[in-house]
Amino acid sequence: MVAVDVQKVRDITAHPPGLAARRFKDSAFIIWGILATIIGLGTLVALVSELVHDGGHRLTLAFFTSFPSSDPAIAGILSAWVGSLLVIFTTALFAIPIGVLAGIYLEEYAPKNAITSSIEIAVNNLAGVPSILFGLMAVGIFVQFLGNPNRWFAFLPESVRDGGADLFGQSILTAGITLSLLILPVVVVATREAVRGVPQEIRHAALAVGATKWQSTQHHVLPYALPGVVTGVIIGISRALGETAPLIMIGGLTFVAFLPITRPGDATFETIGQLDEYGAAVDPGATEMVRISHDGVVVLPDFTERAVQAGQTIELPHGSTIQSVATWGDAIASWSPTNWLGQEFTVMPIQMFNWTSRPQAEFLELAAAAGIVLLGITLLMNGTAIWLRYRLRKSIKW
Amino acid sequence: MEGLLFAAAAVAIAIVLGIVYVVVSESTKFFAQVSVIEFLTSTTWTPLFDNPQYGIAPLLTGTFMSTLVALAVAVPLGLLVAIYLSEFASPRTRETLKPTLELLAAVPTVVYGYFALLFVTPLLQGWLRPLGIELPSFNLLSAGIVMGLMIIPYIASLSEDAMRSVPRSMREGSYAMGATRLETAFRVVVPAAISGVIGAVILGMSRAIGETMIVVVAGGQMPQMVTTPTQQGATVTAFIAQVALGDLPFGTLEYNSIFAAGLALLVLTLLFNFVAFWLQRRYREAY
Repeated sequence: MVAVDVQKVRDITAHPPGLAARRFKDSAFIIWGILATIIGLGTLVALVSELVHDGGHRLTLAFFTSFPSSDPAIAGILSAWVGSLLVIFTTALFAIPIGVLAGIYLEEYAPKNAITSSIEIAVNNLAGVPSILFGLMAVGIFVQFLGNPNRWFAFLPESVRDGGADLFGQSILTAGITLSLLILPVVVVATREAVRGVPQEIRHAALAVGATKWQSTQHHVLPYALPGVVTGVIIGISRALGETAPLIMIGGLTFVAFLPITRPGDATFETIGQLDEYGAAVDPGATEMVRISHDGVVVLPDFTERAVQAGQTIELPHGSTIQSVATWGDAIASWSPTNWLGQEFTVMPIQMFNWTSRPQAEFLELAAAAGIVLLGITLLMNGTAIWLRYRLRKSIKW
Repeated sequence: MEGLLFAAAAVAIAIVLGIVYVVVSESTKFFAQVSVIEFLTSTTWTPLFDNPQYGIAPLLTGTFMSTLVALAVAVPLGLLVAIYLSEFASPRTRETLKPTLELLAAVPTVVYGYFALLFVTPLLQGWLRPLGIELPSFNLLSAGIVMGLMIIPYIASLSEDAMRSVPRSMREGSYAMGATRLETAFRVVVPAAISGVIGAVILGMSRAIGETMIVVVAGGQMPQMVTTPTQQGATVTAFIAQVALGDLPFGTLEYNSIFAAGLALLVLTLLFNFVAFWLQRRYREAY
């Protein structure tokens, strides 16, 4: 009879050979995991501190209330943030209703057929399409096709054609629609998930008391799905806010020294002489005799302003701009949607890009300052969305 | 009401058709003047020169190089994060870290471009100089690295979702056999979740291929055959943006050339989506 050393067997089962090494590897992996996470989070920290270090001191009130300028000391993001606001407003105007309705359709109404599945494939694939391709599409359809009614729609009455030419082209409307198409998948997917999360009992209860399908959706399903929808909308809008490439495609300007909302549609904004892309005169010494056709102001290249009246003839250096009446009263009196929807524009990411691509250190400071604003808004929006999602998960238990 | 709802949903199809139509029809005009063979085989891309040459290869090498660098950064880091969050971290840690990391994907790309140009490039220049490598101030390396950091959340988050949906019983089986968490993670969970992980990596890759602003700002805009990441170079997207920054006279060959480049980009993206779809079906594990 072989004597079994019970103690030894226990030792082996409790401590198989190499266990210590395997356990060590197990714990060591945690360090790798944490390290990788820290690199990710460290990027965010480095990003913020780099921007604040470079441009924090440029974040003054004047930065928000000044137009861009070829003089970095006085340049600001007034036209950029107003432009961003208007473009984003237009984006939301299209993306929210279309996205939410599309999401509801796919989740509540869509029959199982080929059309529905091709819509689903389209939505899923659009999420992976590079944003610059949306820009190319917008150039082809909104800028060249709808923006040139005289070329393509010669059969339409002239007033309609003029209206089209005013609205489309390189305009805020074009930018807004393009971005809304870009973020549509985000809104659709979020809406679908939110609607899917509402239990069937809610629908059955509504239908049982005689509600139509749409009434049940509108009064019962949608309100419960709302937080999820809002989360998706916020994430989509924040993406649109930071989007640069498609807006460069459709001709977002890099130098805008006027506000679309305070510039009546019939007002003139005339620059004297040839300007380079930064708004400075190509030949700074040259002057020109100009007849003023409207009351307004002249902004000289050194950014001093002087009032002028219609009928005057004055000598102006190249790089001056003549701006006709742009008072709030005039703006309100002549306000119509086309006045700003059809305007050319710039947005904050384009403004930042413009400053980043210039060699002088002062402009890089401005770029960093614009970056802080941009990053601050997008992180705030995403933070809100995350918080909403978290609250949603905690508070609603079906 | 249902008609309206359907119309809203059909917008998605209209967008796809719109993109394909515009890109293909304008490219057709391009290929009426430039032969497809030159487009595919020439190694010079100089559409803005007096003697223009239209070979897409330099742009493709730029795109591949920056994407490769991005994946070299994002795949290991993203998978490490995913395995750590899914198998090791406490639920509380996971719930905090995952959304925080997702902020990386929310940063506007133009801000990343600034970061690549003015933070990463100088940093790398300092590191590489002692090794005898002179990094130009525009290069695909830092653009690629920053792109990689940007796509970490895509890879980490989606892989983590895939790993977490692996049934608990499979992990418990592995633990019962005496495997450690690490062994379980690599030999049970990751293989079981591989189709989701592949999907996540390919999605990250499409992001990198389509990314524009980071390469425009930090990569330089000179199209050349790129062989090492320390070179500067233009990607397909960077070229399109660069042309659009100037005046874009409608109907010229130059105008059409950005659509031809766009077509290359579209084909590339669709190709990877298709490969992802195929791989996912091939390696899908059903439970």
